[in-house]
Order: sequence, then structure tokens, then C-alpha cells
Amino acid sequence: MSPGRAGRDHGGITRINDLDPPAPEAGAPPWSAAGGPSWWWHGPSRQRHSHWGWRHRGGRRPLRRSREDRLVAGVAGGLARRLGVDVTVVRVGLVLLALFSGFGAAGYVLAWLLLPVEGEPGTIAGRALGDRRGLALALAAVPFLVVLAVVASASGVGYVATFAWPMVLAGAGLILVYRNEEEGERARLRLAVTSFTEIGSPGRRSRRSLVARVALGLVLLAVGAGLLSVGHPSRGALGLLGGALLILGSFVVLFGPWWLRLARDLVTERNARIRAEERADMAAQVHDSVLQTLALIQRNAAAPQKVAQLARAQERELRSWLFDGVAPGSPGATEPATLAAGVALIERDVEAAHGVAVDAVTVGDCPLDDDLRALLAAAREAAVNAAKWSGAATVSLYAEVEPGAVSVFVRDRGAGFDPSAVGPDRRGLAESVVGRMTRHGGTAVVRSVPGRGTEVEVTVARHPARS
Amino acid sequence: MSAPAVRVVLVDDHHLFRAGVRSELGGHVEVLGEASDVGGAVALIDGTAPEVVLLDVHLPGGGGRAVIEAVKQSRPEVRFLALSVSDAPEDVISVIRAGARGYVTKTISGAELIDAVRRVAAGDAVFSPRLAGFVLDAFATMPAVAGPPARFDPELDQLSPREREVLRHIARGYTYKEIARDLSISTKTVESHVSAVLRKLQLSTRHQLTRWATERRLI
Repeated sequence: MSPGRAGRDHGGITRINDLDPPAPEAGAPPWSAAGGPSWWWHGPSRQRHSHWGWRHRGGRRPLRRSREDRLVAGVAGGLARRLGVDVTVVRVGLVLLALFSGFGAAGYVLAWLLLPVEGEPGTIAGRALGDRRGLALALAAVPFLVVLAVVASASGVGYVATFAWPMVLAGAGLILVYRNEEEGERARLRLAVTSFTEIGSPGRRSRRSLVARVALGLVLLAVGAGLLSVGHPSRGALGLLGGALLILGSFVVLFGPWWLRLARDLVTERNARIRAEERADMAAQVHDSVLQTLALIQRNAAAPQKVAQLARAQERELRSWLFDGVAPGSPGATEPATLAAGVALIERDVEAAHGVAVDAVTVGDCPLDDDLRALLAAAREAAVNAAKWSGAATVSLYAEVEPGAVSVFVRDRGAGFDPSAVGPDRRGLAESVVGRMTRHGGTAVVRSVPGRGTEVEVTVARHPARS
Repeated sequence: MSAPAVRVVLVDDHHLFRAGVRSELGGHVEVLGEASDVGGAVALIDGTAPEVVLLDVHLPGGGGRAVIEAVKQSRPEVRFLALSVSDAPEDVISVIRAGARGYVTKTISGAELIDAVRRVAAGDAVFSPRLAGFVLDAFATMPAVAGPPARFDPELDQLSPREREVLRHIARGYTYKEIARDLSISTKTVESHVSAVLRKLQLSTRHQLTRWATERRLI
């Protein structure tokens, strides 16, 4: 019943126009220049190719029924957005309008018919035009109206007649709305109506309480209407006020529980919709990036190292997204704030740049200061060295935070070398690792045996006071 | 090694992965059967009495932990090696505490996996670098004052300096043989240290261990 899905398929009814409203143009009907809502035909009318919509002035957003802010059809939400006021204000206004003139309700139903829902081109009215049976049913309300008017004039209660007009209009409109609304919306309407009769606990008691409630409501309504229409002039304003209050009270008694239920259902429905959208979003993001990687892997099937690199990069991206909430494709933190984040960054960068697997394990964590940044820089240099020169497929990276010191071990099982035989021209390791650590009061130890691999251990003391 | 092939059961809900592991294990172990959920795994293990069960941490029907707990009574001699893509500490720690004798990630190479299976079959513990890191972390973030002091058992709730040293080497990517050489001890001694750590991990009542595992999520 997702409203997002509905509306694309109207059961193959081709009379519905799916075109967007055309931009205002020279050939537009003259009345559209007046700025008020107007509607027009376009296209060859013989094909019943019609489009109903609002014309509006200026570059403001078109008036649409809201999908998000809605209790019934989203008219108040749409109006609120257009006018830039709070939706509750609009709702209260509409209810007052409906209570005191009746045309509020009729206007609401008309807006329901004539305003498209956000994101959809067609209006219900556009569809209703082709619905002969619905139109006939709506027209059948006219005799009813006439009967009411006659009764009203005969009994001398003009009040009934003034309310009857908009009510009948609204009723006819509702028939058209119901018949031409999309199936999902229709189910919503049905649910709203059935929930009206199913208030309270199930069983006979609820039926009895429903009857009692309706009876009480009707009595209040009748007394209130009586006070309003045949109020003694002597009692004057007091009678009118009492009548209005009684009618209001009767509405609360009659519709109160229904409203509550409806509001609750709407909240649940909205939450479910938001959750579903989040899930869809997640699936889209994951699938997109994973599918791309799979495509790349297929194209690089002949290069095992490239495949492994791609798979690891994708794995890391997926993990960081699943467990840390980092969206795929986002650049990620380039300025890590903690040691563990810094180690993870080294892992990612070295794997991406040199095509080796980096197995990083971090024990403990702490915020970075200048010394620790130097430590990480030295560790990165050692890891890059191992990736470039050792020939090993895997580099192990182990970082440990202890109360007094932080150490990082970078190890490979590659070619190894004889540390004492390194010539003075090979400054890389000596300068960037050992020199850097010495400048920051730390130590660097290089253990390497030809044929067994190399391990670089860098350590720096912690300054808890400074970090 | 000319020892008779270890009898193994594969439990994983991903068919592709089971097929991959089976082909990697090849002629080195004897695969008795495969199962893809908790119920099937319990029936298969009861029926075939394997030496080692390669167990996925996440399984339909309760997870790897449920398999271990169901089989513990009927076949206490069966040993479990947890195999998972999950690096979430709560998953790893919970399956180890349920009784698994080791944990390796699914990206492990075929040769390493065969080695791990043999070691578990021989009664040793198998720690991946990451698991070693978890254990160090869990036992390190330990103010000894937390919790009632009476319940703190130094035998179980603390790592000895030697055990810590062995674990650090594992986390640094050393094999048991390399650790033995580095620390000038025998490989057997390394193995017994790791088994001792495993026992502490399984028996320690330190509530921090569980809390630590659920609070911490490593990438």
C-alpha cells in the first residue's frame, strides 16, 4: 500500500493524462492570467486527452497535496507548504471553516479532486471525467439536495439549507474521489471508515458502546441544532453559543475516538514508510557499489592481484558502512582523530596504492597528538616500504596503546635484508622512520633477516596530560 | 604430515562458500558432510561424529553458538573452529565462550585453514591476529577494582606476562613457530600458552568481557 508506488499504473486506463502541466504560454486561456486557480484543456479534446491542474503565478512551487503532512488527503499540508505557515494552523482554519459555513468541507473535497499529489501529474478530477458511472452517482445527489431544500423551506429552518448545499457537494465529490482514487488510497479510505465502526474493545460491549455513543452524539447534535435554529430572541447570544458548543460536543462524542484512531494509524503508517524508504536507500547504495566492484572484478579476472585488491577495498568500504555508518563513496576521514582511525587509514591507503593485503589489529585507542601523528607517519612509511620492497603479499600492522606508551609493529614475511649492510645512500628507512621517531623522543627498531622478512617496531611515550 | 585425515563437518549457510572450502581442504581432510542451519548441523554432527566442525558464526536458527550448545552434551569430544566474515567482537567472543576452540576469518588461505583444522583436532587453540587483539583488549581494559573483588579470580581473570607476550606476537602476525623462535621457547609451550588463554576466555566470570565485547566494534 505504498503511496510512492501507486499512481504509475492505473490499470491500463489510457484516458489518464500523465503529462506534466505545461508551462504558461502565449496560447494559454486568457483567464489564466487572472492568477486564480483555473483549469484548461489541452490536446485534441475528442480523444478525451485532458489535463486538469492549477495555474499559478510567479515561480513559486505549484500547489500540491502533500504526501508527508497529511491526515486525510494532504490538502492542509500542501497549503501550509505553499503559504509557509504551520500545518496545524491551516488544519484548524479548515475545520473552523467547515464547522461554521459548511463550505470548508466542500472546498476540501474539491481540492482533493483538483489538486495532484506531490510528484504525480494527474488529478483525480481528470480521471473522474471519464468515469461515467461515478458522474451519474454524483449527479444523483442533486434530487437529494432538492428534497432537502424543500424540507428546509417548508419547515422554515433556513439553517439546514445553508448547510445542505456544501454537504451534498462534498458528498458527491467524495463519491468521485473514492471511485477514481488509486487502489492504495482507496484501501486507506476503507480502513478509515471501518475503523470508525470498530472503536473500542471487540465484542458485544463495543457494539453497545458504539450505539450509546452515537445516540448521545445525535441527541447533543439535535439539541444543539434546535437551540441554534429556533433559539428564543430573548435568550439571544447565549442560546447561539450554547447551540454551537453542543454541536461541537456532539462531533467530539461521535468522531473523537475515530480521530484518535486515525491519527494513530497515520503515525504508524508514516513511520513504516520512512523505514521502508531507508531500507530501499540502503539496498540501493550497497548494491550499487558492490555490483560495480563485481563488474570490475570480472574485467580484471586475469590479474589476480588486482582482483584481490578490488575485493578487499570493497570489503572495507562495506564494513565501514555497515558498522560505522560511513556512506560508500564518501571520501572518509583524511584527518584521523584517534590512533585506531589512523591505523585504519594506513591500512586502506597502503592496500589501495600498493595492492598488498594489510592486516591491521589495534588494541586500545587514544586521541592523537603530535608525537602520535609522527608515530603513525613512521608506521605508514614502514608499511609502504614493506609493500614496495619485501615482495610479501601481506603486511601485518599491529598497534597497541598501553598506559605509558604507544607502539606500532609493521611486519612482512618477505625478502628481508641485512640491516647492517644497508648503505648510507639508502636513507628511506633510516630518515623517515628512525630519524622521525628519535626527533619525537621515541624509538624505532628494525629487525630483519634475509629470507624471513622484516619487522619495524616504533614506540613513543604517551603524554596523557597533553592529549 | 602423514597422520590420518581429520574428519570434518562444514556448517555454513552459504552454499558457495561451503563449496569453496571443500575444494580448498581437498584431500587434506575428510569432509563428512555439510549443513546450512542449526538443526541440520546438530543432526549431522550427532550422526557422523566428526573430529572438527568448521562453524559459521551466523547461521539461520540461532547462530553457531546454538550448535555448540546443542552438541556439547551429546558429543563433548567434538571440537569447533569458528569461521566468520564478522569481525564484530561480540560475535567472536560469544562463539568462543560457548566453546569453540578457535576463530579464523573467512579470508584465511587454504593452507592456513588446513593447518588450523589440524591444530584444533589435536586439541590446540587457534587464534587469528584479530582474535588475539580482541583478547588483549578485553583483558587490558581492566581496572581490577571493577565488580565485587571477591569474584575476581586472578587465575582466570588476568593474563600472565608470558601469555600476553604470546598474544601480542600472534596479533603482530607471527606463527607459533616464529613465536617460539622469538621467545626462545618450544612450539609446544606456545601452544599451551594459547590454550591457557582460551580457557581463561571461556571460563572467566569477568562481566567486563561481555560488556567489552558488546561495546566495542572493531573495523
